[in-house]
Amino acid sequence: MSTGILLQVAQTLFAILLAPLLMGWVNQCRAWLQGRSAPPITQPYRTLRKLFHKDAVIAHNASPLFRFAPYMKFACMALAAGIVPTIANDLPFSPAADVIALVGIFALARVFLALAAMDIGTPFGTLGARREMLVSFLAEPALLMVFFTASLISQSTELPIIVATLAHKAFAIHPSLAFAAVAFWMISVAENARIPVDNPSTHLELTMIHEAMILEYSARHLALIEWAVALKLFTYSALGIALFLPWGIAPQGDIAALPLALAAIVAKLAVGGAALSLMEAVSAKVRLFRVPEFLGTAFLLAVLGMLIHFLLEV
Amino acid sequence: MSHLASLDAHVLDLAWAGVLYWLGLGFSALLLHRRHGLLTRLVFPLGALGALFMAGIGVAGLLQPASSMVLPIGLPDLPFHLRLDALSAFFMVLLGGAAFGITVYACGYFRNMAAGPLALLALWYHLFLAGMVTVLLADDAYAFMVAWEVMALSSYFLVTTDHKIPEIRRAGFLYLLIAHIGAVALLLTFGVLQGGHGDYTFNTMRLAEMTPFWSSAAFLLALFGFGAKAGLVPIHVWLPEAHPAAPSPVSALMSGVMLKTTIYGLLRITFDLLKIQLGWWGTLALALGLVTALYGVIFAAVQSDMKRLLAWSSIENIGVIIAAFGLTLIFHTDGKGALAALTLTALLYHALNHAFFKGLLFVGTGSVLHATGERRMGHLGGLMRYMPWTAWLTLIGALAIAGLPPLNGFVSEWLLLQAFLLTPGLTQPYLNMVIPVAAATVALASALAAYVMVKFYGVIFLGQPRDPGLQHAHEASWPERLGMLWLAGACILLGLFPTLVIQRLEPVVLMLTGQRLPGISNWLLLTPVSAERASYAPLIFLAGVTAVVALTYLWVRRVYHGRVRRSEPWDCGYPEQDARMQDSAEGFGQPIRQIFEVFMRVERETPDPFDRHPHYRGDSRDKLWLLIYQPIADLTAWLSMQAARLQHGRIQWYLVYSFVTLIVLLVFTR
Repeated sequence: MSTGILLQVAQTLFAILLAPLLMGWVNQCRAWLQGRSAPPITQPYRTLRKLFHKDAVIAHNASPLFRFAPYMKFACMALAAGIVPTIANDLPFSPAADVIALVGIFALARVFLALAAMDIGTPFGTLGARREMLVSFLAEPALLMVFFTASLISQSTELPIIVATLAHKAFAIHPSLAFAAVAFWMISVAENARIPVDNPSTHLELTMIHEAMILEYSARHLALIEWAVALKLFTYSALGIALFLPWGIAPQGDIAALPLALAAIVAKLAVGGAALSLMEAVSAKVRLFRVPEFLGTAFLLAVLGMLIHFLLEV
Repeated sequence: MSHLASLDAHVLDLAWAGVLYWLGLGFSALLLHRRHGLLTRLVFPLGALGALFMAGIGVAGLLQPASSMVLPIGLPDLPFHLRLDALSAFFMVLLGGAAFGITVYACGYFRNMAAGPLALLALWYHLFLAGMVTVLLADDAYAFMVAWEVMALSSYFLVTTDHKIPEIRRAGFLYLLIAHIGAVALLLTFGVLQGGHGDYTFNTMRLAEMTPFWSSAAFLLALFGFGAKAGLVPIHVWLPEAHPAAPSPVSALMSGVMLKTTIYGLLRITFDLLKIQLGWWGTLALALGLVTALYGVIFAAVQSDMKRLLAWSSIENIGVIIAAFGLTLIFHTDGKGALAALTLTALLYHALNHAFFKGLLFVGTGSVLHATGERRMGHLGGLMRYMPWTAWLTLIGALAIAGLPPLNGFVSEWLLLQAFLLTPGLTQPYLNMVIPVAAATVALASALAAYVMVKFYGVIFLGQPRDPGLQHAHEASWPERLGMLWLAGACILLGLFPTLVIQRLEPVVLMLTGQRLPGISNWLLLTPVSAERASYAPLIFLAGVTAVVALTYLWVRRVYHGRVRRSEPWDCGYPEQDARMQDSAEGFGQPIRQIFEVFMRVERETPDPFDRHPHYRGDSRDKLWLLIYQPIADLTAWLSMQAARLQHGRIQWYLVYSFVTLIVLLVFTR
């Protein structure tokens, strides 16, 4: 139990500390693919440091909700990162929140940020909040359906048990997982505000989704949000890895497997980040009203995965 | 337990005494029709105490075996039979708990009403409460229907409190009409249930042997009758008209509590009075519930009147509850007792939750209405600064109804979703196709509910005031705050201690399904089946979030400075920004309207580019109204027109009518 708690804390800290690095790596890859000279991989850390040092500028009419939301968002993402098995599968916190609760955590963070975006009452803030909720109302049930497919196979909604079960199963036996994997990829792209749904480096307010919500934030609040965004990308990547490429994650009580697990996760994240930037480089951002179609497809694929499980695999 | 056993016989007496107390309070309010102070400071607080008393009786009733009594009132050969068993007791807890908060709130809410109308309102209010409790206690069809009618009529008079407004009169009429169509169906249900014995007590009905055909007839009639009162699509049209028309505490009671009496009735008739249940009933109820849930939440998203939005959201929640009811039936008839117990627990939990958070949200809008005189969301905004109490308490309700952890809405949603995940292995193959789609629909509806709540809360309480007059909005009075505190506290506690609640629900689940949940033993960890299968611990979850927030806050404070500079909001380089540039309610709902436009008929008024006072209006109307109700209304009007031809205003013709009628009657009765 005590090693479990230690591992839990270590893994959460690992995620928190490494998340900006993944962001830096994705940005670097993207710059290379676009033929630009890349910023150093540690650029996100420098940005965070700079932001933490600045004076926060807050609108006159901001309510306490506005100042609280970044902390909430960061806490939710840290908690989510703690639940997902990245290195070890021995997580004493995970019985407190299963995959459905994980979806709930993401929703909690999103609702708080959307409310904070509406708090100042600028047109772009509300626009961002509305669009974010538009993206999420399809992405969230789709994510749930992906989890459902995985939990139907493993007979559990506990992530460690899902991961332990899926580690021994192949795609060939479970075609439903293939559908779920494609759906999950599409959902992750949407939820993390990447191309083709949203552009994280956009400077055109009218096309923004996530960036529009956080326009009013500055300094430490912005730093927390940016960090949480990196953490969310990390968590989603780790989640995808845990569900669909789980080999290498150290099983419960196996401390000797930890170094290998660490190497495996770093390698997988590096490949995954490169793949993400490749996909971003070859696709264009779609119009806002094509986004429901994109996510509707993801939702349908996820439901199909579940149907296929019921039809073929039971 | 011995002291409890001695209480045994008295609990039902006490419950009946509570009903009489409310009745007495209502009629004594009439005597006080000139004493405004006494009405708000005495009658309503005493009514609230009665509610608390009822909740206590409900708790006691859950701990005890069923008890029954016969009251020597009613028609000569038809005494009232009353019975308090686990099912009634649970719904009494729901009623008492929610009504306490709402009635405490009402003490403050009605302070500006003139004494005369207030006395009348107090009468109807307490009659309404008494009627609802009697519905729960009734043990024969006669008492049930009398109580049901008392409930319907008193709520009709409550809905039409502002009867000088034509729309409210219209809403009240629609409500009365559909309530009575439903009541007729219920009357027929009981007619079928008594099975030719002519004895209308529930005890006889329980014993009656019925063929599947007649059982199905009874079930379908009950589903229609209760569905009409619950707002099941397509008989929902009255609900978004009538619930918002009532004063806010009454809206809260109607949405939060009265709708649950229909769930009570459905459970009572299907699982208690009917001996056999058929699987296809469950499929039907599941399908209707899912359609209702989705339909309700889509329309909630496009509303621009805050109370109407909440009424549509009630339709959604009733849909979810009815879907859970259908699922319970499916599992129960399929021999999956443990699963039926799980879905029934989810159903009861959600009913309980909805009473509290919908009550909270409705009274929250009541305070807003009181402070601003405005129901249209497009004229509100920024109220968090002027009414922080209302705003923060309403936030709890909004987060809870959006199904976010660690509040109560999430618990029932979680339980229901768990049930879907346990379904493989049903004997009916087609159900294996239905279940995933059903799970997806529930998930979609609950995600849309979050959209609706962000819109509701953001447009009303956040941003800049859209109307300069809003700056004079006053905070809710103390009784209002206390009422909201009670309801919000219940939302939090029901969210944090699910296992304690579920253990209390066990007698109900045991009574209806004959099964109990296997895994509920650990008070900290909610494990409905087994720890390997699924678990959720809201307290640990809350501790985790709080700890990370606190640690982050302290760390940022310690390592970095906490300097803050206040300034104007950033204007993105646009020279002028004002409150009108924020999303209005229509604007926030626009994406949903665009995606789901097939369900609605949208009427738009768009401004001219040269308008001095540009005005935009987008009104989304229910297509079902146009497809089903409008033709019926037109047909009725046409038939009345035809019948009206008989009227000429000439005495000769009327004499001829009488003469012909007399001849015909003589021919037939000879």
